[in-house]
Amino acid sequence: MIDADVHIPNPRLRDLYPLLPEHWVEHFENTMDKGASQEYYPPKSPVSGRRGGLEELREAVFERGGAEVAISSCLYAVDSIHNPDVAAVLATATNDWQAAEWLEREPRLRGSVVVPIGLPAAAVEEVERGAGRPGFVQVLIPVRTEHPLGSRHYHALWKAIEQSGLVAAIHFGGAPVMPPTPTGWPSFFLEEYTAMAQVFATQLTSMIVEGVFDACPGLRVVFLESGFTWIPSHLWRMDKEWRNLRRLVPWVRRPPSDYFREHVRVGIQPLDAPPDPAHLCEIVDQLGSDDLLLYASDYPHVHACDAGDLLLRLLPESLGRKIRSENARSFYRLSEGG
Amino acid sequence: MKYVVAEASEIESGGRKIVTVAGRSIGVFNLDGEFFALRNRCPHQGGKLCEGKLWGVIRSERPGDFRYRPSREILCCPWHGWEFHVRTGQSWCAPERLRVRRYEVETVAGEEIAEAPDAASAQPDDPDAPVPGMVKGPYTAETYPVTREGEYLVVDIPR
Repeated sequence: MIDADVHIPNPRLRDLYPLLPEHWVEHFENTMDKGASQEYYPPKSPVSGRRGGLEELREAVFERGGAEVAISSCLYAVDSIHNPDVAAVLATATNDWQAAEWLEREPRLRGSVVVPIGLPAAAVEEVERGAGRPGFVQVLIPVRTEHPLGSRHYHALWKAIEQSGLVAAIHFGGAPVMPPTPTGWPSFFLEEYTAMAQVFATQLTSMIVEGVFDACPGLRVVFLESGFTWIPSHLWRMDKEWRNLRRLVPWVRRPPSDYFREHVRVGIQPLDAPPDPAHLCEIVDQLGSDDLLLYASDYPHVHACDAGDLLLRLLPESLGRKIRSENARSFYRLSEGG
Repeated sequence: MKYVVAEASEIESGGRKIVTVAGRSIGVFNLDGEFFALRNRCPHQGGKLCEGKLWGVIRSERPGDFRYRPSREILCCPWHGWEFHVRTGQSWCAPERLRVRRYEVETVAGEEIAEAPDAASAQPDDPDAPVPGMVKGPYTAETYPVTREGEYLVVDIPR
């Protein structure tokens, strides 16, 4: 079994001091700047990250969870930092910290390169540093960004990720200057969390329509904590609009749903499950391919329902096997046995 | 059955004429001196396809790349913008399953039409007057005379 979404806790700023140039240590010590905010959720809530160590992760993910390989990310929000030099230097230090404290100590754990997404040129440098670095298999990009991810603003970054051989993991969250819903700033967390599916949908549309996959035909993208039940109807609509307006974006030479199925994979946790679980089977069928879904636990975040338990109980064994391991093994190009 | 639908000189290059023959609305297009006829009905939802705009052919290898051939032979339905190739009737958005009905068009000398064996019995003011191998199209309804000197567009509509 391969777990496509586990988290390692954010580093404390002090953890990064040994990895930072001296003048930045002095900067953090002597100013009010304490780096990125720590969490998306209230501290100690079940969906909030806990400061568990490597032993706790080993026990939960590999021993009890049964994963052969787990793909981790650290959600330290460098994208929330407006000082460009601080964002870049903390991204670099966070990656060095992940390598030294987690990835080098646990070979079954794979990592995600953190990038200052608000600064695409600096993000490219960080991707190049991560290419071929032991343990790292993907680049972490928060789904909420300042510009649509397909815009030309990010094309050099996509090209760098494609050439690095890393996967682009687009993950729930992000803290850009833009509101988290298409119509502006909501008042309550409930609105923001629910709207995240629309943010994923918009980013998917943007990347396909603006030609990211035509410019980077080898690019592989995984959506993490996006949910997937919104995807079939969104693809139907995008295909329909493409037939009407195709000539304005002539680089999009196939129906958008083709690009999605070729380039994108989706983690299953958390699951926006219908009240009748039997309807889930229909939605999985409507996705149009057995290759798309990846088992994910979202460790250490705890959700109301375990997507793996619910989904894998409903689906045929052959499809369950693909979701549990084969899809991730093939997409991440992991060798047999990890 | 073949129908005379227009005088060849009447449709200029890049132009079109929409005619009704055998109960069908048909668009006749002049692409740089070549004539093509398509059913004036979009296979998507029945829009008047032949009233749509003509576009050149654009190909692209990557975002921002536009390779334009100004041949203006892509017809876009005015309802939903679905594209069809005037030369072939082929859809450009779902080529594997969609095409619009196309008909053969030929340019025939008036002399040939006039000398067809039963041409004499075809009255200029009789829209249904049979001409062997040809039925006069809307021009006969407009009492349009087929002269021996002219050249005419004839559309072949299988029964």
